[in-house]
Amino acid sequence: MAAVLCSAPAWAGWEPSKPVEIVVAAGAGGASDQMARMMQAAIQKNNLMKQPMVVSLKGGASGAEALMYMKTSEGDANKVLIAYSLIYMLPLSAKIPFNWRELTPVSVIALDQFVLWDNAGGPKTVKEFIAAAKAASSPFKMGGTGSKREDHVLTVFMEQKTGAKFSYLPYKSGGEAATQLVGNHTESNVNNPSENLEVWRAGQVRPLCVFDKERISYTTKVTEAQSWHDIPTCKEEGLDIQYLMLRAMFLPGKVTAEQQAFYVDLFHKVTQTTEYKDYMEKQALKPIFLTGKDMVQFLEEDDALNKSLMTEAGFVAK
Amino acid sequence: MEAFGLLVQGFGILLTGKTLVLMMVGLVLGIFVGVLPGLGGPNGVAILLPLTFTMDPTSAIVMLSCIYWGALFGGAITSILFNIPGEAWSVATTFDGYPMAQQGRAAEALTAAFTSSFIGSLVAVLLITFLAPLISSFALKFGPPEFFAVYLLTFCSFVGLGREAKHKTVISMSLGLLLAGIGMDTVSGNLRMTFGSAELLRGINFLVAVIGLFGISEILLTMEERLALRGHAAGISLRVVLAVWKDLPKYWVTLLRSSFIGCWLGITPGGAIAASFMGYNLAKRFAKDPESFGKGRIEGVFAPETAAHASGTSALLPMLALGIPGSGTAAILLGGLMVWGLNPGPLLFVEHKDFVWGLIASMYLGNVVGLVLVLTTVPIFASILRVPFAAVAPMIVVSCAIGAYAIQNAMFDIWLMLGFGVVGYVFKKIGIPLAPFTLALVLGNRAEDAFRLSMIGSGGNLKVFWSNGLVGSITTLAILLLFWPLIDRLLQRAGLTRQPKTAAG
Repeated sequence: MAAVLCSAPAWAGWEPSKPVEIVVAAGAGGASDQMARMMQAAIQKNNLMKQPMVVSLKGGASGAEALMYMKTSEGDANKVLIAYSLIYMLPLSAKIPFNWRELTPVSVIALDQFVLWDNAGGPKTVKEFIAAAKAASSPFKMGGTGSKREDHVLTVFMEQKTGAKFSYLPYKSGGEAATQLVGNHTESNVNNPSENLEVWRAGQVRPLCVFDKERISYTTKVTEAQSWHDIPTCKEEGLDIQYLMLRAMFLPGKVTAEQQAFYVDLFHKVTQTTEYKDYMEKQALKPIFLTGKDMVQFLEEDDALNKSLMTEAGFVAK
Repeated sequence: MEAFGLLVQGFGILLTGKTLVLMMVGLVLGIFVGVLPGLGGPNGVAILLPLTFTMDPTSAIVMLSCIYWGALFGGAITSILFNIPGEAWSVATTFDGYPMAQQGRAAEALTAAFTSSFIGSLVAVLLITFLAPLISSFALKFGPPEFFAVYLLTFCSFVGLGREAKHKTVISMSLGLLLAGIGMDTVSGNLRMTFGSAELLRGINFLVAVIGLFGISEILLTMEERLALRGHAAGISLRVVLAVWKDLPKYWVTLLRSSFIGCWLGITPGGAIAASFMGYNLAKRFAKDPESFGKGRIEGVFAPETAAHASGTSALLPMLALGIPGSGTAAILLGGLMVWGLNPGPLLFVEHKDFVWGLIASMYLGNVVGLVLVLTTVPIFASILRVPFAAVAPMIVVSCAIGAYAIQNAMFDIWLMLGFGVVGYVFKKIGIPLAPFTLALVLGNRAEDAFRLSMIGSGGNLKVFWSNGLVGSITTLAILLLFWPLIDRLLQRAGLTRQPKTAAG
């Protein structure tokens, strides 16, 4: 009720007068692109906005293209970025002149999990996996997306916690990392659930543990035998590493409060649609909706955490 | 024959009035976006994707894939008429297609291009129909060393089999590789050669370069030489079409070879671009009179078009079976599938049989309908040639600029396109071939990544490129092709037969 009262003036105040561009900082078919297209469909099917929404892929330079695009679009409220942890990491690793504080935060709409996977023919538990990695004559190959990013950081932390050595292979996308694991070209990866979903269902890879404090909440069977909830946490398995990645919406800098309010309301409505709810369950995303002060506080803490992880891993450019 | 029964069922789904109308609409839109340089298949499909959200998945994918076939057909039109490749994979089609048009044989060249597109796609669809399960497991065998070996093979076949002076090919290729390095390096995560410019972050887009190198430079040359685009006066009749078709059996080796190369590269996925170049080069290598290539030989149109389309079509197979898109357009279609709740992967063939076989059936039908549609509209496209150059040239420049801008919505790309236009003009003047440059620009990054990933994986040991039969034979073949002129000469001196074995690849 409160939300309705608060948002009513926003509706009257401002509304986009031309098609809204949803900027994706990744390539076609990746997790961000899928999410953007889900939102595009949810908004269109439920008539949440008069203007159409177009997906604009700006995945160049590992997503830096999208960040610079948003930075240079100051005051343009017809562009909204679907961001993830690259907003903290890219400025550190590649010295991109970008700071998320220059953009206008709208809302955090989901948290993405990371899971340790190995080939279905590989070791069956985390302990066996680590033991095999230590015993191997050449280091185990860990596939991941990009260099000096989430997947790479997690790999470095696994090395530090276990003493096992990995060769990290940076692929262009999570999908590629998934098929390379199936084809036995790598021994493991730390893909998001959505990236490995299909090969898991086909029985080609095995989830070993999830990098979160608690298990994933979805209990519907995904494969014949297992649900997301059946995957143990890494801590349960003796590997104490936790990492979650935000999925958040941002407007360019210097937009008005009314414009910001319009989008807060829009994405709040999106999170109420069945399209969004189905998507969250299917991709095993953690639902969350943060906005305003809560969001800024979350971002500051998350930024500090990522910064310390990057510094410890030695990925910050001098 | 389970596949056959399922295919018949697939046709049953398709043969409704509504689906057929969507098919026609998709094809016409596709030809249209294919004709505009730079707009092309991926952008066309991306722009039209939201239109399909309210349709059921089968209708939606039929329409989108027909846009794709249409773009494949349409890409050849501007290559032949104006020497501007509408799509990257049409670059090789310009080599002989454009000279044919200049000689007043535009209709013949277009008919040849469309017909060979059709044949290439048909072979690929047959392959998809009957070999789907086997092929998806073959594609899984490709790790970084295998990918690098395939790229190496493409580069080496260019140097070894190319017509131009070897040192010029190498110069051109090296410049392309250098420019391909601009932007973010995936393996190290660092920026290279961006000099602090935000515009250079995303690297140099291949299509922008191609539009400039081929399109703009051609306009510059034509202006200088005062060569008018010569029109084809006579009406294009069924007779021309039939005459080309009658000659088809003579070129069965070329057609078969190109189909094979295309299917192989589409699945692996080396891509349609590499396939079209390789198809062209091999056709030239095995011809009795390679000198006549590049001067308007119909085989020079057959070879790259067949390969490009076999590859473009078979690229859908790894997308459906593995979720790896073999081309840009396939990547957008992949996004579409996910919106409709269909997750590409090994289980798609099991859980969504209706959809998969409906799509495969639409490939057959879309190709037949597409061929008829483009052939009947050939006269309209060929008549563009009769318009005076002074009127056409500005239109071409504008459409090039729109194309270059539309790829990434960046004004900077238009300047880049003009810059490449001047580079292309200079290259043509001093006789440096453009094709190796463009090839290196598009494959350079991927080849580099594949090489470095192989090196990380093997701990820096080059033996990884001979570590199994598959990668070993591709690498060896690549090196043989690189030194082919030398080997050829040695064989001759040894008195061995000059006739090389066909289909060594």
